[in-house]
Order: sequence, then C-alpha cells, then structure tokens
Amino acid sequence: MQSALLQIENLSVSAGEKTILEHLNLTIRPGELHVLMGPNGAGKSTLASAIMGDPRYAVTDGTIRFDGEDITESAADVRAKKGIFLSFQSPEEIPGITLENFLRTSIRAVTGKPLKVIAFGKELKKQMEGLDMDPSYAERYLNVGFSGGEKKKAEILQLLMLKPRLALLDETDSGLDVDAVRIVSQGIRTYHDETNALLIITHNAKILEGLDVDYVHVLEGKRIVRTGGAELVREITEGGFGTQSPDRRA
Amino acid sequence: MAEKTYVEEISRSLYDFRDAVNADFQTDAGLTKEIVAHISEEKHDPDWMAEFRQKSLAIYNQLEIPHWGPSIDGLNMDNIVTYVRPKTDMKGTWEEVPEDIKNTFERLGIPQAERASLAGVGAQYDSEVVYHNLQSEVAAQGVVYTDLESALTGPYAEMVREHFMHLVPPTDHKFAALHGAVWSGGSFVYVPPGVHVEIPLQSYFRLNAPGAGQFEHTLIIVDENAYLHFIEGCSAPKYNVANLHAGCVEIYVGKNSRVRYSTIENWSKNMYNLNTKRAVVEENGIIEWVSGSFGSHTSYLYPMSILRGDHARMEFTGITFAGNGQELDTGAQVIHLGKDTSSHIVTKSIARDGGVSNFRSGVTVTKHAENSRSSVSCESLMLDDRSRSDTIPVMDIQTDRVDVGHEARIGRISEESIFYLMSRGLSEEDAKALIVGGFAEPIAKELPLEYAVEMNNLIHLEMQGTVG
Repeated sequence: MQSALLQIENLSVSAGEKTILEHLNLTIRPGELHVLMGPNGAGKSTLASAIMGDPRYAVTDGTIRFDGEDITESAADVRAKKGIFLSFQSPEEIPGITLENFLRTSIRAVTGKPLKVIAFGKELKKQMEGLDMDPSYAERYLNVGFSGGEKKKAEILQLLMLKPRLALLDETDSGLDVDAVRIVSQGIRTYHDETNALLIITHNAKILEGLDVDYVHVLEGKRIVRTGGAELVREITEGGFGTQSPDRRA
Repeated sequence: MAEKTYVEEISRSLYDFRDAVNADFQTDAGLTKEIVAHISEEKHDPDWMAEFRQKSLAIYNQLEIPHWGPSIDGLNMDNIVTYVRPKTDMKGTWEEVPEDIKNTFERLGIPQAERASLAGVGAQYDSEVVYHNLQSEVAAQGVVYTDLESALTGPYAEMVREHFMHLVPPTDHKFAALHGAVWSGGSFVYVPPGVHVEIPLQSYFRLNAPGAGQFEHTLIIVDENAYLHFIEGCSAPKYNVANLHAGCVEIYVGKNSRVRYSTIENWSKNMYNLNTKRAVVEENGIIEWVSGSFGSHTSYLYPMSILRGDHARMEFTGITFAGNGQELDTGAQVIHLGKDTSSHIVTKSIARDGGVSNFRSGVTVTKHAENSRSSVSCESLMLDDRSRSDTIPVMDIQTDRVDVGHEARIGRISEESIFYLMSRGLSEEDAKALIVGGFAEPIAKELPLEYAVEMNNLIHLEMQGTVG
C-alpha cells in the first residue's frame, strides 16, 4: 500500500469555546477519492478548513501530516505550497484583481517559479471552455458579482490550473443546477489521476456520478462514525444518517 | 514601456535618502519681523509683497492654533527654519542643475517622467525652484508655466497680484497666515482661452533640510474654454526633528473650462503637513481633484471647491493611508453658489498599525444654488484593532431644491478573505496588500499611470511594515 498523502490522527478542533471535532482519524493516499457526508453542523466544513489551516479554528489535540510532514502548525499559504487546495463553500469576492491575474499570482506563489505565460494562456482558455465559462470572466474581478454557480466553476478552474496534490471540495455542488453539477463533476474527472487525491464534502449523489469513489465517511457527533465504499452514498442519500439524526434529506 | 514602469523597482530608500545640507543661505529658526523682512530682501520681493508678508505675519501672531483636529503639539515654530535657499538659481536644463540636486530628482524619477509623459516640469528643492521647463510647443500656445517668483516681476505680475492669496486669504487660518508671511517657490500656470494642454504639467517638491519648512505657492489660472491637467508630487527624507509643510494651492477655473489636479503626497513621517488647497469654478466649468495622502506625521488637508458659476461641477477622488504614528485628517469641502451645480466626493481611507485616518467633508449649498446635487461617499478600512478611522460630515443646506446624499462605511479587513487568498499560496502580507490594493483600485485608476504604480508600491511598502 502506498504511503499516506494526508494522515490525520486524533484530531480535536475547536472554534472559540466550542469543540467541533474530537479525536478524529482519517488517512488519504494518492489516487484515492474520499467522500465526506454527515448532517448539517456536524463539522464537515470545519474539518476541511482545519486541513487547509484556517486560523479561526484551533487544533487542540492531534496531528495533521501531509506527505509525512507534520503541518499541524503551518500557515495556510505553506500548506497551499505543499499541494493542498480547498474549494470554498462560499468563495470570497476580491475586488481589484481579475480572475486571470489572480490565477497567475497564485500559480507563481504555489510553484515558486516564473510563469510560462503562453502555456498558461492556452491552458486557461482550454479549461474555461471545458467548464463552459464565458471567457470574459477571466477579465472580471475575482468572484465579484459572480452568481453562485459561476463562483463554484471558478473554484474548479483554480483547481484545474493549480493542480494540487490534495483537493478538498466543500459542497462545491450546493446551489448548482443539474447542468452545472455535471460540468463540475466533469472538471473533477479531468483533474483526478493516480498522483492526486480528493476529499469531497457533499449532500448530493449527483456530483459523484461518473466518479470512482473509494471511501465514504460519515461525520457525526464530532468524529467519523462510519466508513464504507461507494455503496454508502446511496444508502445515506436514500435513508439518511440513521437514528442519530432525524435529517432525511434526499 | 520600460520608461513607463521605472518606478516599479521602488523601495523606501527611494524617498528616504538625505543629501548633505549645502545651503547657499538660510534664515535663523523661528519667526520674527526681521526674519520675514530678510526673506523679502533675499527674494527681491516687490514692495507690495514685502508688505503682504508683514501683514500676514501680524495675522499669524493673532490667530490661534487650531484645536479641532489632530494634535500639532510636536511642532514648535521657534525651531523651524522657514527659508533654505539651495546653492543654485533656477535652471532650464537638467545638465545645469548641480550634481547632488540633479541626482536627487533622478532617483525620484522626475527627469525620466518628463521625457516620458509630461509637457512641463518644475522641481523645487527646499525653498527654491531649481528647475523649470515647458515644451516649446506648449509655450507657443501661450501657456505660461514658471516659478512664482519670476511671475511676480514678469509680464504676468499684475495677474499674480490680483489672484495671489485671494482664494485663500491669510486670515483663513493660522497656517495660511504663516504661508503668506514666508511662502517661497511653487508654480505659476496660465492657460489662455481655448487652449487645451493635452499633456500634463508636473511640479515636484523635495524638502531636504532637517527642521525646515516648505511653503510653496501654486497659482493656476485657466481662462475660458480651456483644459489643464496639473500634477504635484512631494517627498522628503526622514529626520528625528519636526519638519513643516504649509503649502497653498489656488486654482481659478474659467467658464467652460476643465482642470484636473492630481497629487500624491508622500512626505516623511516627521512632517507636519498643514496644507491648503482651493479652487473657484466659473459657469459650466469643472474641477477634478485626485488626491493621495500617504506620508507625514500629521496632516490637515481638505481641498475646497467654490462652485461660483451656474452648472459648475467638482469631482473629488481621494485616498488616505495612515500607518504607525500617523494621524491623517483629510477630506474635501464644497460650496455651491451657482444654480445647477454638482459635487461628487468619493474617498477611501485605510488605517493600520495604530494609524489614525479621519475623513471630514463639508458641503454648503447656498439658497441661490437651486437644483444642485451633492453626493459624498467615504469608505474606511481598518487593518487591525489598534488603528482608528472616523468620518465627520458637515452639511449646511440653505435651500430645499437640492439633492444631497451622504454615505459612509467603516469596515475591517476580512479574515475570511485573507484565509481565502492564503489558501491559494499568498503570504499573509501579500494577501492583505492585495485586498488593500483592491480597496484602493477605484482611486488608483484615476491617477496618472506612474502615480498609480507608485501608489501600489507604497501600499506594498506600508504592508511590509518596513516603514518606521
């Protein structure tokens, strides 16, 4: 078995006084696609944010290792440079920098190398076409005035351009219409290969159609209570999270 | 393109270098009748000007230090040297300017900018203008651009006398009176009727001597149906003693004319910047102010526009960035006198690292100014809990038939935005600089290109916390 890309051991996370995650364990290897499900408020987004290094959450116990290296105390930009990426549930609007310039800035920051300008331009065009994004979005300020769906597509565009080793997708499908979910799902397929891994947080089986899901985890009561294969998605979307939760969303 | 981007390699050393003081003449510190008389003598003032200075001094001695704004207790007039003449007279080519002074302006990029994008340049070093030049094509259109001293005795002497400190009389406030007493240097611009000066003119003011004051006077008269874009820049090296800048700008905008006045103020952080700027606009004329305040220890700066003619307009676009130890009190004022006049004030202010940035606006609509419109918008961004920002609007509306709006927003830099950018590999510093840059962008795009680049660099410098 390959060595772990992400290894979380005994992780406890709190926001202010409130403990959100307790003694959580999770291992993700290169090439794997993990799905994280669970009722609202269970702490799924907190887990993704804690892996990315959001300073608003405090790790009170345990470790997060990436590629064997302890990153529990590392700042978010250090983690990004190591190859972790988070697709935000509500991406921030940043006036003053265009999507295209932001991508250049970000690629330079993450790789630490000068940008190959012509190759970048070609790839940007190609990926935007694949995501059915109007080219004019490249010239617009980052997420400013984008619809919910456009923001999510812009997140997947960043994923495709930055090519991280681990992608955390936090409800990238929420608020999207059926066509947009299909396009985002296609984007994920384009990105995913044997060298990288995904953790997809979702309530919806649609985004997983056409993806090879390796593991499904259920987060509830501050920790992962169940782990199974792809079949668990169907079970949960049809039957809910069981007796512990009255949430029976379809 | 290389010429246009020369300021990209900016570092703080660009501003914060000192020349050895090599003055030809300087007054004793402090302010007395004798010192003012001595300045008159050294500058060969016409009689009326010598009297004007003495009257201004008397007014200065009667007026109180303002107590409504930031403290200026650190400024002791007994220690300020009001006149420092560099060892050169005014030159028309950079080759003739003494080496050390020329090098200073080259490091500031002034001759390069002149070659690239300006129709005329004036450069002042301490109390006197050391270089002035106007493209011959522009001069051939009848445009006059020179130092104020030359204008006082030349063919425009009468015009200068009729306009000098008429918009900003010495009685206006204590530092206007001080200016009237010890002013030196600055620029005189006259644009004849119907002339559009397509390329901007720029004056640059450099204060090198420690403990000195700079009191340049800019007098701009634009006749009917004309256009002018005038740019001012200023900087100084940092010293441990207080320096004082009490300049004065007076702009007369003729009927159907438009004047754009852009400035980036980047004084060192031992400077008290007590500056007065005022424009009067005749029928159908337009004054546009673009103002960036980055430097100084303490600033009082509220350019005023008097919309005298019917349909006169003003637009004010300003940005203020206050860092550690700085208290920048800036804003804009407008007086609507004519009918159908309009004013539009948009400002942004940023405070970080304990800095204080206050915005004051004053809008007066007189009872004759029917159908006038005024809108004021101020947005403030505080980068941490130690910094402060206040908005102080004053309105005096004397007629019902007006449309007046005021909008103020004070916010903090969003932690969510910082995290978002950091998750894409940007350092915390770069993330903050990007957010601040985005906040400032609507102002930056109003600036001349070189200044917009300079402003972005200044923001990055400020964000690095390398500026003391």
